[in-house]
Amino acid sequence: MNVNLKIWRQGSDSDKGILKTYRLENIDPNISFLEMLDILNIKLVKEKKDPVTFDHDCREGICGSCGFMINGRPHGPQKATTVCQLHMRAFNNEDDILLEPFRAESFPVIKDLSVDRKSFDRIISSGGYVSTNTGEAPEANSISIEKEYADEAFLSSACIGCGACVAACKNSSAMLFTSAKVSHLSLLPQGQKEGKDRVAKMVATMDEEGFGSCTNTGACSAECPKEIGQINIARLNQEYILSSLSGFLKKKNE
Amino acid sequence: MTEFNLFSKAPNGELHTKWKEYKESLKKLAPEDANKYKVIVVGTGLAGASASATLAEHGFNVHAFSFHESPRRAHSIAAQGGINAAKNYKSDGDSVMRLFYDTIKGGDFRSREDNVYRLAEISKNIIDQCVAQGVPFAREYGGLLDNRSFGGVQVSRTFYARGQTGQQLLLGAYSALSRQMEKKKVVFYPRHDMLDVVLVEEKAKGIVTRNLINGKIETHSADIIILATGGYSNVYYLSTNAMASNVTANWRAHRKGALFANPSFTQIHPTCIPVKNDFQSKLTLMSESLRNDGRVWVPKKKNDQRKPTEIPEEERDYYLERIYPAFGNLVPRDVASRRAKEVCDEGRGIGPTGFAVYLDFQKAIDEKGEDFIREKYGNLFDMYQNITNENPYETPMKIYPAVHYTMGGLWVDYNLMTTVKGLFSIGESNFSDHGANRLGASALMQGLADGYFVVPHTAMDFLAKEAPLMKDITDRPEFKEAKDKTESEINRLMSVDGKMAVDEVHRELGKIVWDKIGMARNETGLNEALAEIPKIKEKFWNDISIPGSDKDVNQELEKALRVKDFIELAELMAFDALDRNESCGAHFREEYQTEENEAERNDQDFKYVAAWDYSENDNPKLFREELKYNNVKLKTRSYK
Repeated sequence: MNVNLKIWRQGSDSDKGILKTYRLENIDPNISFLEMLDILNIKLVKEKKDPVTFDHDCREGICGSCGFMINGRPHGPQKATTVCQLHMRAFNNEDDILLEPFRAESFPVIKDLSVDRKSFDRIISSGGYVSTNTGEAPEANSISIEKEYADEAFLSSACIGCGACVAACKNSSAMLFTSAKVSHLSLLPQGQKEGKDRVAKMVATMDEEGFGSCTNTGACSAECPKEIGQINIARLNQEYILSSLSGFLKKKNE
Repeated sequence: MTEFNLFSKAPNGELHTKWKEYKESLKKLAPEDANKYKVIVVGTGLAGASASATLAEHGFNVHAFSFHESPRRAHSIAAQGGINAAKNYKSDGDSVMRLFYDTIKGGDFRSREDNVYRLAEISKNIIDQCVAQGVPFAREYGGLLDNRSFGGVQVSRTFYARGQTGQQLLLGAYSALSRQMEKKKVVFYPRHDMLDVVLVEEKAKGIVTRNLINGKIETHSADIIILATGGYSNVYYLSTNAMASNVTANWRAHRKGALFANPSFTQIHPTCIPVKNDFQSKLTLMSESLRNDGRVWVPKKKNDQRKPTEIPEEERDYYLERIYPAFGNLVPRDVASRRAKEVCDEGRGIGPTGFAVYLDFQKAIDEKGEDFIREKYGNLFDMYQNITNENPYETPMKIYPAVHYTMGGLWVDYNLMTTVKGLFSIGESNFSDHGANRLGASALMQGLADGYFVVPHTAMDFLAKEAPLMKDITDRPEFKEAKDKTESEINRLMSVDGKMAVDEVHRELGKIVWDKIGMARNETGLNEALAEIPKIKEKFWNDISIPGSDKDVNQELEKALRVKDFIELAELMAFDALDRNESCGAHFREEYQTEENEAERNDQDFKYVAAWDYSENDNPKLFREELKYNNVKLKTRSYK
């Protein structure tokens, strides 16, 4: 098959980007999307031109490195699929394919399709953990957790931190990402003790990092390659209200 | 008489109490004293993140480096199956001793008793620690932790989180690390490639890094350096490892004097999706559990082009069932892999390349029903279909072995210190615990054992005997020299100006390593590899092209720096495989096999760890550490 690629090329965040067109012919529809980009890059290298920079690593859909916009959708057209698991047979012969980086103020462009998602790490650092030191843990089976809660916590914790939710959101909100971590920990007894503090800190960091507010359009979940659900956002809101209320009561009592 | 000139420094004493007593005897530092020391950790996967977090909790100032943008991207995240621990929650007779024995035997009696016993002992603490962090392991309806059985052992000791155990454990370690980052006890350097170790008065006191965003070559000093930089499966070009996994940090340490142990011990996993074409960039594992219901076969006839469903039963060769009537399709990884290669080499392989065999579920579907198979393996069948566009409910899967783990690595003593003082190596990057073959669900266990529970103690003891630097010493000439050398190497690479992409040279290297130092090796092939690899090296230094600038994001340069080291490593692997005139575990030398084509170990002459010293202009020099077995009996594995 043949494809016409329009790819966003940008030197760095301060540079002005530009769309460039590349044509690839005789592409095997059974190769992956990123293998198609490998072919393009080898071609560019041989022509002594700068290859396209994009993030990727495991190519199994779990590390969360890859991700950019394909025809306006994060990770492209296939539901519940990261770019690295997308194959060329999802496209038609002679298709025009538009590739752009995730667009969000909190994800500055590093180069071409690669963006800086350190803001996600800073959200986690501000509270996305249980405060326990190595060696202090009690015997594992001394904590019993209902299977239902453990399974729910797992589903929230399956987030790969790729940033598709932010890119899909018209406000560039990081609510789905943040709420997945808040949910994971608040569903487990180990995480509940610090719950009120955690949600307040993580939401504050999310705001400081310049992510927008959530207006519950659900675009994030729809585009999430791991199908992290909207229920996480509801849980975060609940945790947040409880946290604010307890802060208010504390102040009042003082 | 073999000369042994390398010693593990394991303490004397009873196997069962050795680690506990030794740990108590180690020197400790109070947090306010630990605060005077700086520790560099390179690599923030399971081993590196857990070590960084724990050392920071003890009061040390940790500077952690990764080429990834975030610790959560490390390849540990891709581990599927689970993590072993001798908890005996199933009351099926499991114990530390049993896990210890299974691991030693699985490694075909080429690992150190003392280290493996310690690993088995610590396995229990790991699960406690991870649960306390909030790792959502699978649970039973009663609320307690669930276990499953795994590859070749007779007990249920594997803890898991669906098929994403590595992800959940890594996110746990990452959360502990993030907590210390918030407390400013860990400074994280994302997108930094380590390119050299700096020695000051024969001790590791710093590193040279390249900032992958702006290309800046930086130097960093510290009281000790810990390498947690993973394995080197990508020397084969195609492997199940992530694209950027590499040997560079280890290789640079090796060039500075750290011995490299058992480099040719590389594990080949039998059930991976086969290579389709030359553009293939990496391989995907299909869980070993599929062999419980799938039957492996090839046509009896050579070069049979018929569709699998058109080949009648009597014209099929279910070769594993034929050769191993007792274990059938469930023989261990190394055996299943080797036999697949054998039938394909005979010309009976299937698919467009001829390098694949069928994994057929028809019998299981007929007997147990499609729903049963769907419930058990549905997600794997979907994954297979997504990648291959073939429906495994209707036509057999095509599979072929692929490289996915390296047992070899930097030689370390009982304290996990390399032969360079102050330079430690943990996780897959060291050679220590798996001998000639790793058991399933043991890699996660080892990474976390080293990071949470071993190196924090042994490194503290080392530091307690060292005066702290208390200042940045990167103005010393040793740092300038290392930095200059790195810069001139990069300049040399940038100026090659040939016509090949780095990937193309890497692919050629991978083919040689796969053909000659892969699933089966022989003297002729290994000598051919030693003759061919220098030609690849020449091609690399004359024909590659790296467009753009080294002062900018340059993924081609990043690859070139890695491939350069893979080429040198490949040579060492050939030397190592040539030296070991026996077959053991994943190292199968065709000259040393029984009449039934099984691996023939030679305990008389090769019961040692082969650790190699780097030499710039000469062949590598071999050092040997004798392996002593005081608690287990050496046996021959049999699966007939």
